[in-house]
Amino acid sequence: MAPSSPQKTLAYAGVTRRVKGIPPMPLYLTEDQTALQDTIRDFVAEQAPVAHLRALRDADDPTGFSRDLWRQFADMGFTGILIGEDHGGLGLGHVEAGLVLEEIGRNLSPSPFLTTAVAAVAALRNTPHADRWFPGIVAGETVAAIAIDEAAKHRDAVALKAERAGNGFRLSGTKRFVAHAHVADLLIVAARTAGGASDRDGVTLFAVPRDAAGLEIRPERLADASLAAHLNFDDVAVDADAVIGEVDAGRTSLDRLLRAGRTGVAAELLGVGGGSMAMTMSYLKERKQFGVPIGSFQALQHRAAHLYSEMEVARAAVLKAQQLLDADSDAADEAVSVAKAMAAMATTLSVNEGVQMHGGIGMTDEYDIGFYMKRARTLAELWGDANYHADRLAVAAGY
Amino acid sequence: MTDLDTFRTETRTWLEANCPPEMRQPIRSEKDVCWGGRSYVPTCPEQKQWLDAMASRGWTVPDWPSAYGGGGLSPAETKILREEMKAIGARSPLNSFGISMLGPALLKYGTEEQKLEHLPRIARGEIRWCQGYSEPNAGSDLAGLATAAEDGGDHYIVTGQKVWTSYADQADWIFCLVRTSKESKQGGISFVLFDMASEGVSTKPILLISGYSPFCETFFDRVKVPKANRVHDENKGWDVAKYLLGHEREMISGMGLGEGGRDTLVSGALAAIGTDDAGRLADPLLRADMARFQVRARAFAAMSERFIDELKAGRAHPAQPSMMKYYGTELNKERHELQMAGGGSAALEWESEASRTGAAPRAWLRTKANSIEGGTSEIQLNIIAKRILDLPS
Repeated sequence: MAPSSPQKTLAYAGVTRRVKGIPPMPLYLTEDQTALQDTIRDFVAEQAPVAHLRALRDADDPTGFSRDLWRQFADMGFTGILIGEDHGGLGLGHVEAGLVLEEIGRNLSPSPFLTTAVAAVAALRNTPHADRWFPGIVAGETVAAIAIDEAAKHRDAVALKAERAGNGFRLSGTKRFVAHAHVADLLIVAARTAGGASDRDGVTLFAVPRDAAGLEIRPERLADASLAAHLNFDDVAVDADAVIGEVDAGRTSLDRLLRAGRTGVAAELLGVGGGSMAMTMSYLKERKQFGVPIGSFQALQHRAAHLYSEMEVARAAVLKAQQLLDADSDAADEAVSVAKAMAAMATTLSVNEGVQMHGGIGMTDEYDIGFYMKRARTLAELWGDANYHADRLAVAAGY
Repeated sequence: MTDLDTFRTETRTWLEANCPPEMRQPIRSEKDVCWGGRSYVPTCPEQKQWLDAMASRGWTVPDWPSAYGGGGLSPAETKILREEMKAIGARSPLNSFGISMLGPALLKYGTEEQKLEHLPRIARGEIRWCQGYSEPNAGSDLAGLATAAEDGGDHYIVTGQKVWTSYADQADWIFCLVRTSKESKQGGISFVLFDMASEGVSTKPILLISGYSPFCETFFDRVKVPKANRVHDENKGWDVAKYLLGHEREMISGMGLGEGGRDTLVSGALAAIGTDDAGRLADPLLRADMARFQVRARAFAAMSERFIDELKAGRAHPAQPSMMKYYGTELNKERHELQMAGGGSAALEWESEASRTGAAPRAWLRTKANSIEGGTSEIQLNIIAKRILDLPS
């Protein structure tokens, strides 16, 4: 293939990694990826099962996750999975990062992996900040939080102001729904440096330390027992070198962060939906009423089979988005929205069917299925819900 | 440059040189589809030219062995060919139940003589096949079929009736399930092939709600069928039938992806409804339904790609075609419901020239059969529940 026409080659679906000169990837995991998946699956199930989340919640743990577990993630190499080997990482792609996230989802393991090892890494890669932060992320010492949302629903608008002052900027405004902000070493903040709140241009990304003067962080416990903070920036001064990427052109970095982050959420959703479905299928085989397993009733079999179908379709959409991201394809952006929306819809169905098919026991705190329902709701909301992404696709399709 | 890169380059060049511009136009109606067969009349010379060009390379059936008229391509090469054809909007050169259904069954269960006799003619589009499965009293309960094959020595004498036989009135040969024993329901079925021109075969088209007659009633009155035309052992036809149904389900599930379907949905709605000041479809509730549909349709496109890749690599669950068939057909019905809502009263016109004699409403009505033919959605859900989810009986 002539290297002069990579764009044309990527213009239609199904062709990935053409730019890198690798033949089209089949849409399933490679042997290496399957082996990695086995390792991750065993490790997370062993170290951070649902009981781990339950214990943290019951202890009203103020951190929201276990720092020991985060260091174990580092020992396993997970924290540097998307970081290049030059910075001590594994230099793998979003398919592999997704394998970690899926197991995090299946076990509901509280972890700053998504915000730190996926979203922040995507924003910081190829910037001067990489040298500063990547070693700490690889070592499992650094935690990053992503501060984008300002309203109760995720939107493209960015209003938080950053005005030039001396050699740097002063930030004023609010952010919310910022997971891990209260314990993060690094906050990645989307701010407005030019234009109006809904303009695409004029956005700048900043790397802000948690202890910056004038920054108030108020963590709130959410329904799923995770902690996410409201942030108030009262004339917070940062140096010019806090800028990630280009001033006023931060939308490019923000989009990159969001593509990686949303694909990661979608993978975690697959784990949540898959875990809840597995529990439900077991229950259908064990629970007896009228003298027979309730899974023998056709009314439930058809719903179970429909759920299986939705989850399979979601899995394909997520893998497609991951592969296209790894191939740096122009088609990745829309594929990410498809993946996030589809994974949210399928997993929402999975947890709802899960509670319903478990009956009364599904409503008890003692039983785990309710934890899946609560986590699914949080993830469905994160970085754009299904409606947000469906709307995005509609606009792109010209209606 | 890898071998696959070379293959892609050569394929692109060959397609560029051999696919006539007329065959790169979207298919507008059934008559643009080439089904081949003895009585095949090309819509235009380019249609025949394209068929012959592709058949000469074995590319009507790219992944079949070349000894049987196929292209002998690997899964990766087949995928590249498909991508390159899609990139230039090339039409499928040949639609055929021989390719999508009988061929795979013959490749697995046929004798060498049967393969050599039938497969190359399927690949070249010389023989058009139909499928004799359903009967008036054997629908979802297919194994309850009664069409009898009486032993006549070196041949069977077949008597009975089939129904919903697609295009039986235009087919040259039929692959047919017949009862060779009443001892066992599924274990008394055999799979036979015979010429529709045989004495005792008659067909009667069935007028459907779409106003078209793609299906027939098919009658057999003491039809002589040589035993050499039986595929697999006597009374083992159910194995062949099930295997073939898997391929039929794959084919039907692909229909949810009709090329350009999304564009037709969007452009039709925009034309009938218009946009608001922000450029959004001026019916916000329909727009929301369309957008959510679009998510699922595009996710299913990825699922189809994944399914084909897994299938070619032998990694797909054997019952996965049931999931594909269920999801694809339900999605296709939804697409047409939305298309009708998007078109409004314009989409109701049944005969006008502007409506191309009611192409939209007739297609909408046709899709209602998608979730019935080849095993209903409910049958597919039963199969998924039992064979994939392992739920108890």
